[in-house]
Amino acid sequence: MAEVVEIKQENLVYAKPKLITDNVMHYCPGCSHGTIHKLVAEVIDEMGLADKTIAVSPVGCSVFAYNYIDVDWIQAAHGRACAVATAAKRLHPNSMVFTYQGDGDMSAIGTGETIHAAARGENIVAIYINNAIYGMTGGQMAPTTLLGMKTATTPYGRDPRLNGYPYKIAEMMAHLDGVTYITRQSVFNPAHVRQCKKAIRKAFENAMAGNGFSLVEVVSTCNSGWKLSPVAANKWLEENMLPFYQLGDIKDLTKK
Amino acid sequence: MAEKEVKLMKGNEVIAHAAIRYGCDGYFGYPITPQSEVMETLMEEKPWETTGMVVLQAESEVSSINMVYGGASTGKRVMTSSSSPGVSLMSEGLSYLAGAELPCVVVNCQRGGPGLGTIQPSQGDYFQACKGGAHGDFHLIVLAPNSVQEMHDFVGLAFDLAFKYRNPAMILADGAIGQMMEKVVLAPQRPRKTDEEIAEECKDWASCGKGNRQDRHIITSLELKSEVMEQINLRLQAKYKAMEENEVRYEAIDCEDADYVIVAFGSSARICSATVEMARAEGIKVGLLRPITLYPFPTKAIADLAKRGVKGFLSAELNAGQMVQDVRLAVNGAAPVEHYGRQGGMMFSPDEVLAALKDKLINKK
Ligand SMILES: Cc1ncc(C[n+]2csc(CCOP(=O)(O)OP(=O)(O)O)c2C)c(N)n1
Ligand code: SF4
Ligand SMILES: [Mg+2]
Repeated sequence: MAEVVEIKQENLVYAKPKLITDNVMHYCPGCSHGTIHKLVAEVIDEMGLADKTIAVSPVGCSVFAYNYIDVDWIQAAHGRACAVATAAKRLHPNSMVFTYQGDGDMSAIGTGETIHAAARGENIVAIYINNAIYGMTGGQMAPTTLLGMKTATTPYGRDPRLNGYPYKIAEMMAHLDGVTYITRQSVFNPAHVRQCKKAIRKAFENAMAGNGFSLVEVVSTCNSGWKLSPVAANKWLEENMLPFYQLGDIKDLTKK
Repeated sequence: MAEKEVKLMKGNEVIAHAAIRYGCDGYFGYPITPQSEVMETLMEEKPWETTGMVVLQAESEVSSINMVYGGASTGKRVMTSSSSPGVSLMSEGLSYLAGAELPCVVVNCQRGGPGLGTIQPSQGDYFQACKGGAHGDFHLIVLAPNSVQEMHDFVGLAFDLAFKYRNPAMILADGAIGQMMEKVVLAPQRPRKTDEEIAEECKDWASCGKGNRQDRHIITSLELKSEVMEQINLRLQAKYKAMEENEVRYEAIDCEDADYVIVAFGSSARICSATVEMARAEGIKVGLLRPITLYPFPTKAIADLAKRGVKGFLSAELNAGQMVQDVRLAVNGAAPVEHYGRQGGMMFSPDEVLAALKDKLINKK
């Protein structure tokens, strides 16, 4: 007979974040989106911002983020999140306004909206999920796709002569005066999950302090798009993504 | 009673003053001739220091319409203005606004096209404004001002209709109305709604932070279940039907006894009212039907004139023949319907229209 293990209150180390809804998540098992949602939900709750948060989810796998985090949401067109968030924040200066965008969304179709919101120094946070691929549409090349990486539109591997080079929007944005905090994080192991949460909190505090634009890039897995198991995807991320997308703060002018 | 405030102003300047006076919360725009005076006037007036209205120059019309989408999502009264090429860039945003059922006002001060075209007046965007102009089955509420006064008044009307139906409303003007100066009676300053009033007015839908609400609000046009999406489509169509039943506006000049009726909107209607006078002086009974709402279109008013025995209709437009299709649908074969137009930024004169009326209808064997 199976032994019934009772978890004692004092041994409880984890609970579902209060702001994560009971809706069944549509994300593939092993996908980073779920972990990052959890961190965002915890930060909003811990900062007491649930009642004055306006979140913006543009098109990408996370367009349905509004089903999972219990705050007010605006679903935006592909790439337009930072423009949408700009107006929401300008018209509700005391609210916490953030976007949650994919790499295709931010670094391809939405580059203009992102760069200009950042340059204007809008007091918003952009959470940027870089999985080096277009997850939602079935794994096509993104601007972030690594050289040699196979995707549905680079079946023989990304060749710079054919497909150009990947670029790092975080580093590009670092010289913009309106941006005060840029960091690159990941969630492939528990230590990095904890660090990532700290960074998200710092960005949210920066926005609420009216200190300018913050970007939290999270180097993420798309195991379906990469055609790898969750465990193998985490390993692949560490070995291939991190040498190019190095983790750490890129710019930090937050008030100490 | 306070004295009326009468000013001499350009159509575009008046849009800016009307926005402030009707309690607009935010304007987001990008410069383009012939409507740049709207944002220039707002920046000069600095309403953020008086009413608290936000004015922001965006990096493109793609961005400005999405700022409008963001502001409208929170229940605020927001607007933008542009001219034809800029409005083309807004198409995607307009479809999203209609799909998410968001109220807002968009001014199109039309210029000639296609492409970069000309900066002179045109009515070439009738199809774009009235037939959706972007993907999906939707309609904008479309108002066509024919004077500087109407440019002013329609800002208020457009906001009222947009909020009544939770639908984007467009003021379809043209370079002539935007650039000409006329006397205008300005509305008294209406206070902007407070955040509390907006939270109450839009308590069923606006995403402005949950506040004391139990349920979160989600602004979206996305629904992957076809059977649910079909219901959303049907609800939108029912809304458009209600607009068609309740919001048709038009002006009929000398139509009661008219043998021939000119149908024209905006600056064309201004010109054609002189055509009516010239024709009447010659003893020809001509009337003018001026649609004020281009969507919903005054189909019944035109059908009734056809039933009454009007011998022919001339749709006079600054384009190659767009509204004429709706006039034909309304007349439904009961009488001949012809089009007369100029393009490329050229405007017709009243006698030119009268000559066309004679040529195409009155003297036609
Ligand atoms: C205007 C427009 N073009 C294309 C698409 C199709 N589309 C949907 S999601 C997507 C890419 C999303 O990739 P990313 O932003 O990296 O998000 P992920 O799914 O990888 O998290 C594309 C191209 C669209 N919805 N709208
Ligand atoms: S396709 Fe990729 S990004 Fe989308 S849910 Fe699956 S693993 Fe995540
Ligand atoms: Mg991606």
